[in-house]
Amino acid sequence: MNVLLLHARVRVEEKLLHAELTRRGHGTTMLAVDDLVLSLPPRDGDLDVRPFDVVFDRCLSHSKAQAALALLEGRGARCVNRAEVARVCGDKIATNVALVNADVPVPAATCAFSREAGVTAIERLGYPAVLKPPVGSWGRLLAKLNDRDATEAVLEHKETLGGPHHGIVYAQQYVEKDGRDIRAFVVDDDVICAIERRSPHWITNTARGARASGLTVGPALERISRAAARAVGGGIVAVDVFEAADGALLVGEVNATMEFRNSIETTGVDIPARIVDALERAAGADEVGAPARAREVGHA
Amino acid sequence: MTQQTALTVPCPECAADVAFAEAPMESEIVPCGDCGADLEVRGTSPITLETAPEVEEDWGE
Ligand SMILES: Nc1ncnc2c1ncn2[C@@H]1O[C@H](COP(=O)(O)OP(=O)(O)OP(=O)(O)O)[C@@H](O)[C@H]1O
Ligand SMILES: [Zn+2]
Repeated sequence: MNVLLLHARVRVEEKLLHAELTRRGHGTTMLAVDDLVLSLPPRDGDLDVRPFDVVFDRCLSHSKAQAALALLEGRGARCVNRAEVARVCGDKIATNVALVNADVPVPAATCAFSREAGVTAIERLGYPAVLKPPVGSWGRLLAKLNDRDATEAVLEHKETLGGPHHGIVYAQQYVEKDGRDIRAFVVDDDVICAIERRSPHWITNTARGARASGLTVGPALERISRAAARAVGGGIVAVDVFEAADGALLVGEVNATMEFRNSIETTGVDIPARIVDALERAAGADEVGAPARAREVGHA
Repeated sequence: MTQQTALTVPCPECAADVAFAEAPMESEIVPCGDCGADLEVRGTSPITLETAPEVEEDWGE
């Protein structure tokens, strides 16, 4: 098959994916999203999507990925993940809506659209609360609010210093999670492996210094991870799960372009290989050299 | 593994030599060992480096 890998930076993950695709004899074109041009209607000089059986999104920017995938799907490209999955996972509020609609357990959360309403909403949610930017990652700009004073101060800072998207207040109830969170990797409905991330700090992202180790996927974790992946539209996702003090599992968020470099050795699972399996299934070309599926493309 | 000659390119920030054991891929990020700047590979033959753009707020997984 022919794969177009859309990226911002070529990190360890993209190199591992490129190596696995190449090893299996698949044509792999690396394209920086910053070099992409797509016209409406399509014009000569645009990227021609017809040679590609699948477009694989590994962009870092949520807004660029979302726009690019919508345009690419619009002209008939098969994208992994699908534009809709990237849209839902890129925005924590959209994710929360999808999870709640699918009856997947989540921490209680609240949304408000002004500073005043935000204070009221968080008071009602109760303390501690975790204030999160709806779009963002790697644990950046999360704030744990322990009382009304902190809430008022942080919301004033957000209103004064933040851009338009900081006008949306999104907060989750703080989950007492015993120093760790869980990340389950789901590929096409299959929970392929999981890690736990431990840290003395309440933010347990590996990007913030937490230590990752492999975790056996028990039936409860498998069930909730699969349900969360389905709720956002499936594909290749990483589900962040908290285990509360009472043993309940709660889904914190779902990531659509996950990092996995530290999870291959810790889990013993060849994650890039499982991802390429999924790309092959998406392309409908299980064997190398199988003909690309004929489909309509809106290219001039 | 065969012995490879290191490829060396000057850091655009501090002019120190940034060495590559093997040919890098375009858009790869390499840190400068001297000044710590994150550098992005913009060209591969010859290798050209630019200071990598800042991480933006909507970047992530
Ligand atoms: N409601 C919560 N209760 C307790 N801890 C939380 C809560 N929400 C987030 N955290 C902690 O903060 C970390 C980062 O949270 P979250 O995953 O929502 O942010 P992120 O910036 O999107 O990170 P990433 O996408 O890289 O996983 C979690 O791994 C967890 O340790
Ligand atoms: Zn330097």
